Amino acid sequence: MGIEEKLPSGILLTSVEKLVNWSRKSSFWGATFGLACCAIEMMAAGGSHYDLGRWGMEVFRASPRQADLMIVAGRVSQKMAPVLRQIYDQMAEPRWVISMGVCASSGGMFNNYAIVQGVDHVVPVDMYLPGCPPRPEMLIDAILKLREKIGHEPLGPNGRKMLEARRARGDIPVVAPGSMPSSYRNDKARRAEWTRAVAEGREEQLRIENWMKAQNHLVGRADR
Amino acid sequence: MGAITGSFKGFGVTFSHMFKKVVTTDYPFKPPVSAPRYHGRHILNRHPDGLEKCIGCELCAWACPADAIYVEGGDNTEEQRFSPGERYASTYQINYARCIFCGLCIEACPTRSLTMSNEYELARDNRQDLIFTKEQLLAPLLPGMEQPPHPMRLGDTEKDYYVGALTNPGTSAGAERAPWSETGTVDGSGTTGENAS
Repeated sequence: MGIEEKLPSGILLTSVEKLVNWSRKSSFWGATFGLACCAIEMMAAGGSHYDLGRWGMEVFRASPRQADLMIVAGRVSQKMAPVLRQIYDQMAEPRWVISMGVCASSGGMFNNYAIVQGVDHVVPVDMYLPGCPPRPEMLIDAILKLREKIGHEPLGPNGRKMLEARRARGDIPVVAPGSMPSSYRNDKARRAEWTRAVAEGREEQLRIENWMKAQNHLVGRADR
Repeated sequence: MGAITGSFKGFGVTFSHMFKKVVTTDYPFKPPVSAPRYHGRHILNRHPDGLEKCIGCELCAWACPADAIYVEGGDNTEEQRFSPGERYASTYQINYARCIFCGLCIEACPTRSLTMSNEYELARDNRQDLIFTKEQLLAPLLPGMEQPPHPMRLGDTEKDYYVGALTNPGTSAGAERAPWSETGTVDGSGTTGENAS
């Protein structure tokens, strides 16, 4: 398709891959695809209080040709599904999809004939974001996770081959890209803590533990 | 003339924002403190000796408007005891791709086994990872707790556990009243609001 299909493998490709991924993730432009209440939170995330502009993506493009990221914000009805697919098809590659909220992720509480049970029936989804609706921080978290994932994406057929080879060697990161919560990933000490916990398979326990430590009103720690 | 003063006025409004406080939250670097009752991901709590509070009654699953909870009950035996009483949850799953965080399951829970934390960073890149199993939901073992299965340490029947929970609830994170509240227990001494100072 593009020039990346003809790139040779090796150290050069790895460097080019890094550069390309960095430029791809550094300014996502989202396609406006607000369908329901989640869109309100999406707008809030673009506003000054949460400010997606910190990551260069405060512009939500009205035209799919200029967008890289489709945030499906809200429940997708059966009637909306072909429209959604068309918007997706009109977006230029490379493109990514976040299914925001439980309705887009799986149908949520609308388990009925009117709602598509998960937008991944229609388009490939790169990040599922639960919540009803997710708060703006959750959306930012999902976007940052997706950015991290893009940073590890292979470039072209040779890049995919190299990734396969790395996987076959067992050279895979302890924490899968795009699985660490953003507040952990952006704090050096907590990041190390999380990495250790993943190696032991107890990262969710760690999360509860840290949360409980922060709640000093819980009984048993009435030292307030 | 009016146009010039007008545009100065306009730019003045913009310029004055340079001296105003920044309203933007510094989210991933300094996560904000959420409201204490914020509905985040669930926790399956433990008794003070480490036994699970969940009795596998499925009331949470019945209360769930989105059918996000799946519970399978199992029988406790003397050799394999996970919770005080007869039954425990042998399988417990919450599908976060369905859960709408309404908290009806918390209200339905008769043993305060299921509570909610304020954790919200739940995005994953596949639907499989969004189904949290019992291992992921269970509260960590605090000091003094022992990994089940083990016999009941705090009494002979489950009743002792539930009566004892008034003063010594183990982890039931988020469900207790704050110690300074009017109606709650103070310092875990068991005295309720009226006679506590």
